[in-house]
Amino acid sequence: MQFLTRRDRFLIAAVLGCAAVLAVWFYILPFMMPPSGNDDLVCVTIDGESYGTWPLSEDHEEDIDTPYGHNHLTIRDGSAQMTEADCPDGLCMHQGRISRPGEMIVCLPHRVIAEVISRDGTSQGYDSISQ
Amino acid sequence: MPDQNMSAFIPGKDATPAHTAAYCGILTALAMIFSYVEALIPVHFGIPGIKLGLANLVVLSGLYYLRPGMVLMISAARIVLTGLLFGNGVSILYSLAGGMLSYAVMMITLLAGGFSPAGVSVAGGVSHNIGQLLVAAIVLQTPVLIRYLPVLLAAGTVAGLLMGMLTMRVMRALHIPY
Repeated sequence: MQFLTRRDRFLIAAVLGCAAVLAVWFYILPFMMPPSGNDDLVCVTIDGESYGTWPLSEDHEEDIDTPYGHNHLTIRDGSAQMTEADCPDGLCMHQGRISRPGEMIVCLPHRVIAEVISRDGTSQGYDSISQ
Repeated sequence: MPDQNMSAFIPGKDATPAHTAAYCGILTALAMIFSYVEALIPVHFGIPGIKLGLANLVVLSGLYYLRPGMVLMISAARIVLTGLLFGNGVSILYSLAGGMLSYAVMMITLLAGGFSPAGVSVAGGVSHNIGQLLVAAIVLQTPVLIRYLPVLLAAGTVAGLLMGMLTMRVMRALHIPY
């Protein structure tokens, strides 16, 4: 890495430093909150508008149809997963299962966001319920 | 000056519009091939927007031996054309936001001086991801996407560094000074 100039190194260190601070804030701090038990909800928004909210504790199948396309959300064994999507890349299905407050699945082409929130909405930096 | 054989084709200040257009066309085609090759790599990191950015090889090296306007045109044409061929309307919007912000930031770091092409590339990779995230947050009308920022910053740094190292090798081979 001797080809890197001092400014290069400073830039890389600054960006990674910012990333580390933000990572602690966004990812580590929510995990240190007391667990809210099985009280968490999955909240689905389309285009920023609330579409529906379901408890993670109950198994549920939901077809989400938007003007942009079709998704299928499966809630099973306390976690939620996007199990179908007719978008070209299918990235939302690759995002796996979500179960902890703050975790989310994003489908950019269909403008769908599924997000886990705690029932009181306090176990994260944002008050998702009020949005 | 770039390689003797190569510099004969590079359109200078007195080049005809046809010459400039033809040269930009060749490089746009090359950048499109890089985009296509990258799309063939079936690796998903679970978060939209994490990728190597192979096409930036053309843009980054171009900043060192082409006029800035040409590089901007090549980058914009590459994004729109690959978007029409392989993506959808929304994906063009994301890429264009990332591409244009990354171009501006790379131009600024280059003019500021003191950065190697790898440093310029890191600045470009990081700003590309920031641009995409901003557009996604506006399109989806939600600020929660900002939680992806730490991952995208780190991914942009790594991808930018790798692409920068690759570009420096290519530039050395083509005798493009930096």
